[in-house]
Amino acid sequence: MPNPILETRNLTKIYGQNIIFKDIDLKVNEGETIVIIGPSGTGKSTLLRCINLLTSNDGGQIFLDGKEITAKGYDEDKPRQRIVNEDKVRQQIGMVFQNFLLFNHLTALDNVLIGLTKVKKMSKEQAKTKAMEELNRVGLVDRADHYPGQLSGGQQQRVAIARALAMDPRVMLFDEPTSALDPELIGEVLGVMAKLARDRMTMLVVTHEMGFAREVADRIVFMEKGSIVEEGSPDDLFYHPKHERTREFLWKITELYGKKEKGKADGK
Amino acid sequence: MSNFFSYIVQGTAITVAVTLIALPFGLILGLLMALVHTYGGKILNRLAAAYSLLLRGVPPIVLLFILYFILSGRVINLSPFWAGSLSLGIVSSAYQMEILRGALLAVGGGQMTAARAIGMSRLQSIRYVVLPQALRIAIPPWSNEVSIVLKDSSLVYALGVPEILRRAQQLSATTQEPFLAYGTAALIYFVLVFATNRALDYLSERTKLPTHS
Repeated sequence: MPNPILETRNLTKIYGQNIIFKDIDLKVNEGETIVIIGPSGTGKSTLLRCINLLTSNDGGQIFLDGKEITAKGYDEDKPRQRIVNEDKVRQQIGMVFQNFLLFNHLTALDNVLIGLTKVKKMSKEQAKTKAMEELNRVGLVDRADHYPGQLSGGQQQRVAIARALAMDPRVMLFDEPTSALDPELIGEVLGVMAKLARDRMTMLVVTHEMGFAREVADRIVFMEKGSIVEEGSPDDLFYHPKHERTREFLWKITELYGKKEKGKADGK
Repeated sequence: MSNFFSYIVQGTAITVAVTLIALPFGLILGLLMALVHTYGGKILNRLAAAYSLLLRGVPPIVLLFILYFILSGRVINLSPFWAGSLSLGIVSSAYQMEILRGALLAVGGGQMTAARAIGMSRLQSIRYVVLPQALRIAIPPWSNEVSIVLKDSSLVYALGVPEILRRAQQLSATTQEPFLAYGTAALIYFVLVFATNRALDYLSERTKLPTHS
């Protein structure tokens, strides 16, 4: 077994009296696509934010490439320097948000470029070449000069993916990337993500898109009420779930998904 | 008669100068306070809030006198022109702080989160992502504050600074033509306010972000 790129041990998050999630053990190996599913409010999004250090954990540890990124305190040799530089860690973990969060005052190109020039300190020319490559990867070279306000939701999300990819992250986190999209725009975003998975990008995806989970995921993790109920290959979870709750959830969401499809067809 | 007008018009240069000192000074101070209020810790946040509350709770002319006696007292001794201009700037900083604070809030936390997620530091996120958007949002309410500072610059007349109103008052007394004197002053103020508002409307239009349609 290779060492996992990303690993959480007993990861716990508590808001006041509420336990958001508790003792989450998760291993993500290089090139793997892991899909996290589960009902709303079970801490899936908070888990991703926690892994990206956007919110602090209240217990447990997170390791990136075998190094603990949740380590607290200061280096003995350099007492003024935190053991973990959060900004450096985030550079290595790409994040895609439900509501895109593109920088509204910048064109698509500049959205992708700004991290390269300001964070990676690349020259403008180098950064532009790299940014155009990333836009090409999501099929939006012809929209490089458009502002977010001039792009459709699907296009905005693809730019957001390019923005994260440009930093050459070790892992990409997707937080319900298609939940805010019109049904007809979901496909283009899932298509880009499926392509990334084929290129062996390491991905951790929170989504309700069961079709995507079944076809693209190497492993599916079912979370409920702050814990991992079950994890396994798509075949295992969809056709031979061990837990009653997994079966129930999958049945419900597939039914919902089916109804949505039917509703769309009726509308025509 | 031409002397009459040129005397008041010369005061215009001083009015404009007072405004051009007070406004940027208030902008820098106000921006600092707005950032401290929005991104500072609990204590800094309270301090900034108190600063704003205090300055906005007292009439500008009263503050002007108080600050004037501090700024041209024993420790620092500035001329009435500088003391008056800087005092106006301090008063305005509280209002500009509120304008910028609203704009920072309007940009929303998501932009900051997204900037941090690609590895920017807090300072970089503010500088490259939040501020460029906040300043755009702030232009229309800020242009209102510009008019107010321009008009409030007339308050420094009380410190003896020979700006438009001061000169109008002198002329009114010597020529016994109060209507003509104050009317001219009013007209000059109006033209200044009108022109700056137009300029800022133009700026706001130019910096607007393109959308669909």
